[in-house]
Amino acid sequence: MTKDLSSALRPAIVLTLLFAALLGLLYPLAMNGLGQALFPNQANGSLVRDVQGRVIGSTVLGQAFTADRYFQSRPSAAGKGYDGLSSSGSNLGPASRALVDRVRADAAKQRAEGVLGPLPADLLTASGSGLDPDLSPAGALAQAPRIARVRGLAVARVRALVAAQAEDPMLGAAHVNLLALNRALDSLSGAERR
Amino acid sequence: MTFQGWFLILLFIGILLALTKPIGLWLFALYEGRRTPLHVVLGPVERGFYRLAGVDPTAEQGWRRYALHMLLFNVALLTFTYAVLRLQGVLPGNPQGLAGLSPDLAFNTAVSFTTNTNWQSYGGEATMSNLSQMLGLTIHNFLSAATGIALAFALFRGFARRGAQKNGVGVIGNFWADMTRVTLYLLLPICILYTIFLIASGVPQTLAGVVDVQTLEGARQSILLGPVASQEAIKMLGTNGGGFFNANSAHPFENPTALTNFVQMLSIFLIGFGLTWTFGKAVGNTRQGWAILAAMVILFLAGVTVTYWQEAAGNPVLHQLGVGGGNMEGKEVRFGIAASALFAVVTTAASCGAVNAMHDSFTALGGMIPLFNIQLGEVVIGGVGAGIYGFLLFAILAVFVAGLMVGRTPEYVGKKIESREVKLAVLAIAVLPLMILGLTALSSVLQQGLAGPLNKGPHGFSEILYAFTSAVGNNGSAFAGLTANTPYYNGLLGVAMWVGRFFIIVPMLAIAGSLAAKKYTPESAGSFPTTGGLWVGLLVGIVLILGGLTFLPSLALGPIADHLAMIRGQLF
Repeated sequence: MTKDLSSALRPAIVLTLLFAALLGLLYPLAMNGLGQALFPNQANGSLVRDVQGRVIGSTVLGQAFTADRYFQSRPSAAGKGYDGLSSSGSNLGPASRALVDRVRADAAKQRAEGVLGPLPADLLTASGSGLDPDLSPAGALAQAPRIARVRGLAVARVRALVAAQAEDPMLGAAHVNLLALNRALDSLSGAERR
Repeated sequence: MTFQGWFLILLFIGILLALTKPIGLWLFALYEGRRTPLHVVLGPVERGFYRLAGVDPTAEQGWRRYALHMLLFNVALLTFTYAVLRLQGVLPGNPQGLAGLSPDLAFNTAVSFTTNTNWQSYGGEATMSNLSQMLGLTIHNFLSAATGIALAFALFRGFARRGAQKNGVGVIGNFWADMTRVTLYLLLPICILYTIFLIASGVPQTLAGVVDVQTLEGARQSILLGPVASQEAIKMLGTNGGGFFNANSAHPFENPTALTNFVQMLSIFLIGFGLTWTFGKAVGNTRQGWAILAAMVILFLAGVTVTYWQEAAGNPVLHQLGVGGGNMEGKEVRFGIAASALFAVVTTAASCGAVNAMHDSFTALGGMIPLFNIQLGEVVIGGVGAGIYGFLLFAILAVFVAGLMVGRTPEYVGKKIESREVKLAVLAIAVLPLMILGLTALSSVLQQGLAGPLNKGPHGFSEILYAFTSAVGNNGSAFAGLTANTPYYNGLLGVAMWVGRFFIIVPMLAIAGSLAAKKYTPESAGSFPTTGGLWVGLLVGIVLILGGLTFLPSLALGPIADHLAMIRGQLF
């Protein structure tokens, strides 16, 4: 047994160091190089800039929308909400009082805005990451009357905008990217004003 | 449940079945030590590694030597990562300026990654520097996976070889050669292609740190970037599951689209499917491999059906408040209910533990299936290597039980199964309930244990039960409401992960050694057939009864009580 052990000492130590260099340094750094060369936009976080060149977000990552003039994002348990350094779900169980209190308060807000019928589930639930970039089309459409009122647009215009931005991948679920949708909304309002 | 949802699930299984033989063939070449087309490029690397390490790849090892070399290698890796994590504060590649980890957290994390568990007591973005992610964690994602596959090869040789002895001991291959070949010729090449696909789909790959953003509403947001894609690829392929970010594959930077999500699920199962075919080929009858795969897929589809059904039906407590549809708490919109339910069952059937939705917020029964999958020993496909060697332990017990029923000496794929093998198999399988239930019971009475759960009532108990199940089963997913980053949980879960990995491996290797030395016993009219429907049914029954029944009382206290509360509207 001691002979078995001592014969393993050199390969154990040497291979740990060799593989650390290969898999822990060479592989990720080579991938960095390839990624930066082939897909620099995605490799650097798919950042979105405004006309002045300031970074206003990422097409991939969600950000908080709370104002009435925007399509509002889902509740978030990432830090104080959409904290990019603290991704998390709520982790509340199905029979949790805290969950029910939160949903009841949010549901009352939706009803006050005049949303009728079953409330879209995603609008009242926190995502797994707390950084969900999307809403379901139903979750966005439920907000269309409010946005039309605040922005002085026709509800049909707002609804058409949602329909135009929505995607329905076969391998996932129908969704609409909120940053893209809200930017489209801003440019629509800007065009109307002019 | 929708047509689109079921289409997704069946397409998923269909693609994997189509890939089983090709990947199985590739694995078989590595099992035999044959030359592959990749040897032109990577052959010199392999030989160079052997030369520097003083390894003779043709030197056959008995099971004791194989086990000791594997263990010592794992101890060296554990020490290395512990040092990297503790020294994080003074090492480079740390754009956020994060401090070194506390001793208990560094211990827990190093064990977690060495054992292929990838339990995350740490919070990813808030704890780990870029260098720690690459040098401390990514290497384990490769090597713990390669170790698992090497161990499966060793057991395959036990069944396949006929009277293979050296100095009176059964020999089962060379650990260093198995481990190195799998890493170089299987894991690394796939990961390179996989990483490029992930980057193209929106997964960051850079050494930059935080980007400050002024959002459309004028608020400030900090976005963390890093070498995410290179770690993500091996995290899935090696059934590791330790994410770059706290939210794991739910985080849009780890898993940005429905397509990346689908590919991530495929890559969790890919090698596990292939290894069943490799086993059949190794023992000279691929139908033996398909029979095992059939039993696994039956158990898998049963689990998917329950979880998908429950999640799609939604939470009656929220329906009362006017919320429509399925349960979306803890789920991402771009994946939806079906792809989230499928992911949860895949990741726990395999010992992956990556999550694209928070299991803690699943409906009571929808979340029970992931828990139950791990309690079965993660033998439904299972972790790379670990799944098939775990399942073969059940197969040994199944022929033993069948032998008792018909009164014959049990045989399996040409090897007589005698009392030594059966005792060792029972020993390996008994570790799971002993550790899981023992440590859960302990933590349900100790103050330090009870301080952990976020949720109250039966769901809080489920959080503790899930943590120890996940640790002992080397899964790594969690009911993440549990506050596990305390000296108590870090220490106990660390021990649980170590025992759960190696106390199964050592008896399993002992079986491999004992089988390798045995002569071939040709199949006769009296042999119990181990390829047809009867055998598949027996396997399913044995896994459920021997693997699952022990845990039913604990499930009644946790998820089942939770379900009854949920449908009555009883809140905690």
